[in-house]
Amino acid sequence: MTAELVRGQNHPLSQARLEIRVAAGTPIVAGATLSDEHGKVHGAEWVAHPGAPTLPGLEVSRQAAADHRLAVDLGAVPEAVHRVSVLLALPSPAGAAPPRFGAVPAPFLVVTDLDGTEIASYTITGLDAESAVVALELYRRQGAWKVRAIGQGYAGGLAELLGDQGLDAAHQLASGINEAVAQGLARSVPAPPRPTDTDRPRQPAAPALGGDQGGPAPQATTGVAAPHPAPPYGNQPPGALNQPASPYDAQGVPGAGAPQPPTSPYGTHNGPAAGAPSDGAQGTAAAAAPTDGSAARGQGSAGVGGPIDYSHPRRRSAAPPPAPTAPPARPGQPALPVAGDATGWSMDERLYNQVWGMFEDLARTAAAYRSAVDFADSRMEKELDQVLSDPRSRIGGQGDAAREAARAKHAQLVEQATAALERDLTQLTAEAEVVEPALPPAYARWDNPVWHGYRVPTEVPMALRLGDLRLPEAAELRIPMLVRLPLERGLWIDSGQAGTLDDSFADSHDLRRLAMETAVAHAARLLAVYPAGEFTVHVIDPAGSAAQALSPLVRTGVLAAPPALGAAGVADVLGRLTERVDLVQMAVRAGAADSLPPDLDTAEQLLIVNDFPHGFDDRAVTRLRYLADEGPAVGVHLMMVADREEAAGYGPLLDPLWRSLLRITPVPDDHLADPWVGHAWTYEPSLVPNGSQVLQQVLQQVATARTKYT
Amino acid sequence: MVDVSKGGAPGGGVNLTKGQAISLQKSDGGSLTAVRMGLGWQAAPRRGLFGTRTREVDLDASAVLFADKQPVDVVFFRHLVSDDGSVRHTGDNLVGGVGQGGDDEAILVDLARVPVHIDQIVFTVNSFTGQTFQEVQNAFCRLVDETNGQELARYTLAGGGAYTAQIMAKVHRTGPGWTMTALGTQANGRTFQDLMPAILPHL
Repeated sequence: MTAELVRGQNHPLSQARLEIRVAAGTPIVAGATLSDEHGKVHGAEWVAHPGAPTLPGLEVSRQAAADHRLAVDLGAVPEAVHRVSVLLALPSPAGAAPPRFGAVPAPFLVVTDLDGTEIASYTITGLDAESAVVALELYRRQGAWKVRAIGQGYAGGLAELLGDQGLDAAHQLASGINEAVAQGLARSVPAPPRPTDTDRPRQPAAPALGGDQGGPAPQATTGVAAPHPAPPYGNQPPGALNQPASPYDAQGVPGAGAPQPPTSPYGTHNGPAAGAPSDGAQGTAAAAAPTDGSAARGQGSAGVGGPIDYSHPRRRSAAPPPAPTAPPARPGQPALPVAGDATGWSMDERLYNQVWGMFEDLARTAAAYRSAVDFADSRMEKELDQVLSDPRSRIGGQGDAAREAARAKHAQLVEQATAALERDLTQLTAEAEVVEPALPPAYARWDNPVWHGYRVPTEVPMALRLGDLRLPEAAELRIPMLVRLPLERGLWIDSGQAGTLDDSFADSHDLRRLAMETAVAHAARLLAVYPAGEFTVHVIDPAGSAAQALSPLVRTGVLAAPPALGAAGVADVLGRLTERVDLVQMAVRAGAADSLPPDLDTAEQLLIVNDFPHGFDDRAVTRLRYLADEGPAVGVHLMMVADREEAAGYGPLLDPLWRSLLRITPVPDDHLADPWVGHAWTYEPSLVPNGSQVLQQVLQQVATARTKYT
Repeated sequence: MVDVSKGGAPGGGVNLTKGQAISLQKSDGGSLTAVRMGLGWQAAPRRGLFGTRTREVDLDASAVLFADKQPVDVVFFRHLVSDDGSVRHTGDNLVGGVGQGGDDEAILVDLARVPVHIDQIVFTVNSFTGQTFQEVQNAFCRLVDETNGQELARYTLAGGGAYTAQIMAKVHRTGPGWTMTALGTQANGRTFQDLMPAILPHL
């Protein structure tokens, strides 16, 4: 629970290590003063400001910025210090009118712990002509620290503020601070000029995205950081990379080895809040940008008679962060494609939708081409028939001329159709080239570098890539085949020879080995994209014939148990999984999920069956069918590696089984149809490149994470 | 946006009369890339006892794609997207009149994506529930530039005949661009299939 402080209100602090985030919507200077029990600042060395950003237990930014993150370690503050005052000031550019807080959005501060959990927040309202303000103070009270909202403004600026704190050389220090700020601004990236200054309070919160980068003028942060798709806190100042990122490292304070703030999943140089997409990030207007950044701004302008914003100052509106948008196209050319250019609540979902959009576009583009060519063919045929049946065509060259004309019409239409196809394929290929490298592991090919940076995820992704799909018109253009997770249907990896495109796999032994390798690659991918311990794989290998293919799974120890051998093994595994399905079904029907036995594995289950029907008696086949029918609803999935011909002995009994599974092949095969126009697509499984160790490395990580988990 | 001199409908569009054609060229010479054929209607109130009660009228918009006078594909409420993806129906509206002036059903045409052999697209309206157009009022079809929402042309269905379908308009290739022609032919039929004989003379 965040305490929303009003002026004068205090709140206890249980942690010593804190972060104070400031969001102002316009570049401001943040600093802090240390004072003794009488409230006196002992000298310039007790003031942290852009010119001298670190003090024991305290660090402020070197620059003026719309957002600040002040690191505070109250345990490291000298004993004599009884109060830490956080101050904010508007930079005063030389020659310009003196700045006033009444003309800018109301500054918003939030005190958080190192995980980004908010402790207390405060919006400074009611300022007008002031250009410096004591925002908060942290103070000792009976051995513990508390935070109090102050909001005391000074029309005389920093000099007056510092003087009020008992500092003798206040004027001198204030001008020193302004100089340091001016230097900091000079170092930072220049921003594009803004049209007018008057409309600034109504601008969307773009300055917040600019973050700590600052700008040459108070209104100049817009667009500085715009190239990234707006990570809420992806705004470490350029200078911060070569300066100690936190006071703890710099000061060698005890506890420097304590757990570091969680790193952001996106690998930016963010602090604690960056990795927390949850409530922790809501604290500042910056996090709420751009949808809600107007809130703080509305309050600010309310002070000068502007429109009142009735929205909750910190409540993020429901809209997800905006999707990256394509840069505007040059006239006459299609827009450049961008990864994630689709709707969705997360990048995961956007990429999923984009891939499906590409799939549909390719299907329809090919349909347009094929129907045009078919039409051209049939029209030419008809016209040639007419020529043949027309008695006049026998006279002189008339028949030849008519035939020639029909062929020319055909050629022209086919040429037009080809041009339209080429145009669409170029666009889709360009899109695939940006989308493919941006895919997360669950959607990526095994040769994508993203797998080398693999970490065990904490959330189940939306979908899984089973392989690639392509059409003969565009052999180079591969569409990722994504299926939703949890799996809705089991998989049947066909080890039979029927229908394979390539005769080089005539050797059925090879094909079987490949089928099992495909199964292992898919199973490994499933294990990898589920969080630790949330996916369990069982293997039935009655004759032990797949030992070599299974070795990556067996060696890394990610299987629930060694592959089951022989008829007894088959019966045992099937029995246990059937029991699980029964139990979960009963519990769900009775509405008593709590009453499941505590040792029941709640993870999703995958059963790989090799060499079906070897080792299966009638009873086992019945159980398998039961699992295929009832399993998916309760998280038990089948992956059959089988040649349908071999199971033909069971007759039509097994037809429903095959139909309930999604058939995929270990070698390219054109048996999959799209849902829109029903083209036959060539499917190619996602296999690990030859000689690559990525599968082993990934499974090793899965195994390690699982040990930690249990 | 449209190089037609006459007309003066609200929104800068053209109020078409039967048989009138407009070229779908932008005034800057560029071609339109995406257009929307919108259809709107309201059930006419009936007279007499309980006269205030209106019966719901389900009009359906359809688009038939022709290549050299042969129907190749059709977009209607059971096949919402043409196989090539260039023509899309936004979905079936069973009662009409909700928007009171807005489009109740719409068909989007991505002109750049229309397959090269398709040279005409005919838009039709059928009364699926069987009422005649006597029971429909304020029915219109309009063509909107989908890229900027501007109305290019509007065609108001002349009220009240004892017929159940109307062939509204066609969009056809003329040289490199497209032209729309208002047809406004009355016909009878529940779905577009019944209209084929009536459509063919217009191709």
